[in-house]
Amino acid sequence: QQQHEDLSAKKLRLTKPSKSAALHVDLCKATSPADALQYLLQFARKPVEVESVEGVVRILLEHYYKENDASVRLKIASLLGLLSKTAGFSPDCIMDDAINTLQNEKSHQVLAQLLDTLLVIGTKLTENPSVRMRLVEVACKHLTDSSHGVRNKCLQLIGCLGPVEKGVAKEVESQAAKDVQKIIGDHFNDQDPRVRTAAIKAMLQLHERGLKLQQAIYNQACKLLADDYEQVRSAAVQLIWVLSQLYPESIVPIPSSNEEIRLVDDAFGKICHMVSDGSWVVRVQAAKLLGSMQQVSTHFLEQTLDKKLMSDLRRKRTAHERAKELYSSGEFSSGRKWGDDAPKEEIDTGAVNLIESGACGAFVHGLEDEMYEVRIAAVEALCMLAQSSPSFAEKCLDFLVDMFNDEIEEVRLQSIHTMRKISNNITLREDQLDTVLAVLEDSSRDIREALHELLCCTNVSTKEGIHLALVELLKNLTKYPTDRESIWKCLKFLGSRHPTLVLPLVPELLSTHPFFDTPEPDMDDPAYIAVLVLIFNAAKSCPTMPALFSDHTFRHYAYLRDSLSHLVPPLRLPGRKLVSSPVSPSITPHEDPSQQFLHQSLERVYNLQHLDPQGIQELLEFTIRDLQRLGELQSELAGMADFTATYLQCQLLLIKALQEKLWNVAAPLYLKQNALASAAAKQILEETYKMEFMYSGVESRQVVIIHHMRLQAKALQLIVTARTTRGVEPLFGMCEKFLQEVDSFQRCFISELPHMQGSFVDKLLDLMPRLVTSKPSEVVKILQTTLRQSTFLHLPLPEQLHRATANIIEPTGESDNPLRFTSGLVVALDVDATLEHVQDPQGTVKVQVLYPDGQAQLIHPKPADFRNPGPGRHRLITQVYLSHTAWT
Amino acid sequence: FPEMSYLSLFCLGAGAGQDVGRSCILLSIAGKNVMLDCGMHMGYNDDRRFPDFSYITQNGRLTDFLDCVIISHFHLDHCGALPYFSEMVGYDGPIYMTHPTKAICPILLEDYRKITVDKKGETNFFTSQMIKDCMKKVVAVHLHQTVQVDEELEIKAYYAGHVLGAAMFQIKVGCESVVYTGDYNMTPDRHLGAAWVDKCRPDLLITESTYATTIRDSKRCRERDFLKKVHETVERGGKVLIPVFALGRAQELCILLETFWERMNLKAPIYFSTGLTEKANHYYKLFITWTNQKIRKTFVQRNMFEFKHIKAFDRAFADNPGPMVVFATPGMLHAGQSLQIFRKWAGNEKNMVIMPGYCVQGTVGHKILSGQRKLEMEGRQILEVKMQVEYMSFSAHADAKGIMQLIRQAEPRNVLLVHGEAKKMEFLKQKIEQEFHVNCYMPANGETTTIFTNPSIPVDISLGLLKRETAIGLLPDAKKPKLMHGTLIMKDNSFRLVSPEQALKELGLTEHQLRFTCRVHIQDPRKEHETVLRVYNHLKGVLKDYSVQHLPDGSITVESILIQATAHSEDQGTKVLLVSWTYQDEELGSYLTSLLKKGLPQGTA
Repeated sequence: QQQHEDLSAKKLRLTKPSKSAALHVDLCKATSPADALQYLLQFARKPVEVESVEGVVRILLEHYYKENDASVRLKIASLLGLLSKTAGFSPDCIMDDAINTLQNEKSHQVLAQLLDTLLVIGTKLTENPSVRMRLVEVACKHLTDSSHGVRNKCLQLIGCLGPVEKGVAKEVESQAAKDVQKIIGDHFNDQDPRVRTAAIKAMLQLHERGLKLQQAIYNQACKLLADDYEQVRSAAVQLIWVLSQLYPESIVPIPSSNEEIRLVDDAFGKICHMVSDGSWVVRVQAAKLLGSMQQVSTHFLEQTLDKKLMSDLRRKRTAHERAKELYSSGEFSSGRKWGDDAPKEEIDTGAVNLIESGACGAFVHGLEDEMYEVRIAAVEALCMLAQSSPSFAEKCLDFLVDMFNDEIEEVRLQSIHTMRKISNNITLREDQLDTVLAVLEDSSRDIREALHELLCCTNVSTKEGIHLALVELLKNLTKYPTDRESIWKCLKFLGSRHPTLVLPLVPELLSTHPFFDTPEPDMDDPAYIAVLVLIFNAAKSCPTMPALFSDHTFRHYAYLRDSLSHLVPPLRLPGRKLVSSPVSPSITPHEDPSQQFLHQSLERVYNLQHLDPQGIQELLEFTIRDLQRLGELQSELAGMADFTATYLQCQLLLIKALQEKLWNVAAPLYLKQNALASAAAKQILEETYKMEFMYSGVESRQVVIIHHMRLQAKALQLIVTARTTRGVEPLFGMCEKFLQEVDSFQRCFISELPHMQGSFVDKLLDLMPRLVTSKPSEVVKILQTTLRQSTFLHLPLPEQLHRATANIIEPTGESDNPLRFTSGLVVALDVDATLEHVQDPQGTVKVQVLYPDGQAQLIHPKPADFRNPGPGRHRLITQVYLSHTAWT
Repeated sequence: FPEMSYLSLFCLGAGAGQDVGRSCILLSIAGKNVMLDCGMHMGYNDDRRFPDFSYITQNGRLTDFLDCVIISHFHLDHCGALPYFSEMVGYDGPIYMTHPTKAICPILLEDYRKITVDKKGETNFFTSQMIKDCMKKVVAVHLHQTVQVDEELEIKAYYAGHVLGAAMFQIKVGCESVVYTGDYNMTPDRHLGAAWVDKCRPDLLITESTYATTIRDSKRCRERDFLKKVHETVERGGKVLIPVFALGRAQELCILLETFWERMNLKAPIYFSTGLTEKANHYYKLFITWTNQKIRKTFVQRNMFEFKHIKAFDRAFADNPGPMVVFATPGMLHAGQSLQIFRKWAGNEKNMVIMPGYCVQGTVGHKILSGQRKLEMEGRQILEVKMQVEYMSFSAHADAKGIMQLIRQAEPRNVLLVHGEAKKMEFLKQKIEQEFHVNCYMPANGETTTIFTNPSIPVDISLGLLKRETAIGLLPDAKKPKLMHGTLIMKDNSFRLVSPEQALKELGLTEHQLRFTCRVHIQDPRKEHETVLRVYNHLKGVLKDYSVQHLPDGSITVESILIQATAHSEDQGTKVLLVSWTYQDEELGSYLTSLLKKGLPQGTA
């Protein structure tokens, strides 16, 4: 202990003079404030070691007291803050000095900077309540300063350091920080808008730190909504939102009437009001927050979509209502006539309130805002509210559909995505579908694909709707042939969702005739394939449909089932055996026979581990083959099957390697066998890395097993090397490294160890004390026996497991037109790829370009190039720049 | 002090009806006279079309009477009478308008002059040279730029939407201000943004109220309907005729169709007739900063007004086969190219005509909109209309909700409605009074409205005095008035608040001490010094924040107030307290005497 202290003291002495002394000399040399400032600026650029921080601080403080020039003092104050941030330095020793400097300071700017420094110190010492108390007291004292900057900082300090726990606050102090909320609340009416903003922010900060704000400040916050300054209003909106989440059910009175409403409703109304604020920053803020107020009553919610249209004192129906009426009366839009929207019913002039203090029309305003930021925020909020309220979803549909025609593409895209998210709650009317489908002609690929996704999960109410959708999709197909895949997929879902609506359309779609044979359509026509995909998917759950097919349809079915198996489902056709057993929709995934098969085969493997080695090997080989085939057949189980197959493969390799005869014979004789074993070890290592990183949904239970397998492979490697190399020298290092790995394995997965009874690592850890002390040759021997005796670990399967894949759609390989470009110049290549089940693709996915001369180049695509069309799927559309110098 | 100040307003000609009235308002604010807009009435062909400027001043020149003229935007009902006013009646003072208005206004005036003089053959009308001379008097202003008209009068322009370059103006003299909106639009459209004004709290807001009783539908519904109709007709192979006026809506619809064509990859040609518009489009290209967010953002790549799909129209194109869309002037199908094309295409049911705006009674446009299918053209020809007729309102005025929103933004103390129908304005007036609790006026034509204001008068205070006074007591609170002591010097039309010493020095006066002395009788049988002690203890207990001292000579001081006690000469049981204070301590002194008059509490030793 004593020795240790000496050591650190010595270190201090060695480094301290160099830094602080140099600074001291510099500062003494400085003849004018400008000079001193220059020195300080230079000094600030260089990092300071932890050990010398305190010394430097002392020097700085010394100069601080001597200095007359405020700007130099300001710089010193800021340096103090900077230095206290140094990692590893505990600033409690300089806190008192920093507080003392506050006493005599006259300049407001320096004061503010000093308070900022204290804030830094305080945030580093958050665990110490007495320090915090002291700093808060200091801050309270300076709250009466006449400069806004100082008051600003004080409030910030109180917000960050003020006591949050009620009990502690009472014990520790009684004088200064009686009630932080009250102190901050008093500054809501400060004369300076910046201080008002800081006060609200401090309050929000307290809330974030876990203090329960009092409901009493709600009224104050409401008054701040009418502030002249946008930053105050913006912060106030946030505060009101926080309060509405804290006290949703409290009752507040409505001014100018005797009624009372829930606080969350009142707050909702107030925030809605801010959607038509003068400043767009506030509007964005308000629109965003509306989305997260799900507790609001439906009555209020639905008012946000109602603007109360009126014309000449009479109520006028909205265009939407008119459209609905036209639809329900069976007559589809005949177009608007001159005077068609003439007002009809009389309404009481007194009852119409043009600017309601309530929620009226907030979303209508938000969606029509001139700034697209506000519109996007409104669409997002609409989405969130619609997800939690089906009736609201139904109502907001008209507005969302309208947004499909926004002038800015981002807004259009966002509203299509929103619609997809709420599509479970809604059924599209025909006129709405019409508008939605009109967007299919959009020239932007993103929009079209988003729309296809949307159509995949849309409910259509009539057969005309389906027909319309099909017609529009086919139009889309002729206009943009590249959308083929996406359109087929869309029709697949459309068909399987609406079998009964497709049924009456079949004769027309297949153009069959009761008496005449019609010519056989061209099998390679993408449009015809699209129609067939729709029909076959509908036929899956509609057994009467195949009766309507003509002969060639059956032939085409067989062909498509083979060539486009992912789009065409197996059908029970008359006179034909089903390829695989029908999967009736009532069966849950767990009862699914293929799932059962998977589990059965795995159990077989795990149970029969005490067979003779030959038997085990054969069983493993069979199971691996079965699993691989299963993965090919059942796409939804592919990930699971591949994963387990890989694991079993590793196990098989390990067993095989251990079966080699080489272990019984002297090393040098079996070089070839050696090669086999080390190759196995290498392959296992590789496979374990793949298992760990190439699948999404891998949980920690699996990670342990994978790491365990890797550990075994490393042991194997060690043994093989020990056998083949002569001399002990290199083995020392390897042994030590291996033992380190065992150690780190133990540390990382300590909680999982009880589940690993009888495994390799379990046994190894028992022997650990012996291993650490023994010689390398000894270690190798022990490893060898444990490796052979250890049991085979059961690999538990997670709920969901998917293999991460990337599929490059463009550029297609084997192009007939090679890419030509002038050497030294750059050519852009469009890359289009789909990524399945890749987590965080923005950070992990890179594009590699291999040049013909073997040179490789890794390119990191921009985060914006990744689009997220659906859960677990990403799409990368980017441009890769190629360039190369000339080669001969 | 200045007498009660007032604003007065006189509406020279806000005619009834939509868009066709003549806006011209005279405003007197704190002794300054400003003319807001100088419009003409399109419905008249005689003297009535221009406002009666003789009202302004019977004798003497207009220039002497008016300090400036402000034009809000380039529509003729807001600027049509300008050359007549400045050149023929005679006005040489400054005329203020925004840059785009200054650029486009002469084109419209010239066009209008051509129609009236060259085509209709009228005389006694302004000439081209007059328009040029008039424009020389124009001073262009930027948005949010404060222009100092003279030492006291200043104006500032805010964005108003409506048409390119439309502005709202704040007119300010001292601390009195008026905001005049002109025509404005609170919902953005395809080429312009929404009107915006800061919380300037004017004494009066003069707002248009064309749509005083209407709350309009979402503009997206309208746009979608429009696009769908055009798209369907074009896909059918039909031709679409859109009669428009040259400026304003025409550009919005062009942008709408242009972007739609771009998005949907359509190939059918779009044509735009009329040479006037080409010139105007040029200005739209120049004044990108005045357009909406989308156009400003796209400008980095390309100027949206450089249309890709819209080409100039040639008379021969009308007979071309295949689908096409044509924008043609004028907007009500009463004459010119739009009517010619209409006659050619009317017979085919595949074709369509879309009327994007209001049509005056008697025009072909109004007839077909009211459902007439057989039209009698000149020469007794009967034209059968088989083509589809659609109406779609693209109007850029604020609706009732928009007007209320603007009032909420600006927070005026009074509101005045112009440019609307009386019945509708009455309704809105009622709403405004009910909602915002401000006075609302709606003067008729030729009526003068006087509004009294309550101006605050700025006074310069010396820093020393301010610091000294704020040091006493708590921090100044923005919301509460604070009492201060000082001397107000009114000299050379300026007000200054200085400390008494400085005032004495400046004015070369000697200081006179003014002391108030007051006797208070107290019933107290005890000895004098005991009474003094009791008074002392009492005061000390009550006046905690003040320094109360008991001096050795038997008197008490509270701050600088002196209290002495003597026995009453006749009645020994009554003590006389002599309280004496200087004028500066009047507040505390009178408080003390009233306190002492209440008597001493019993039981104080």
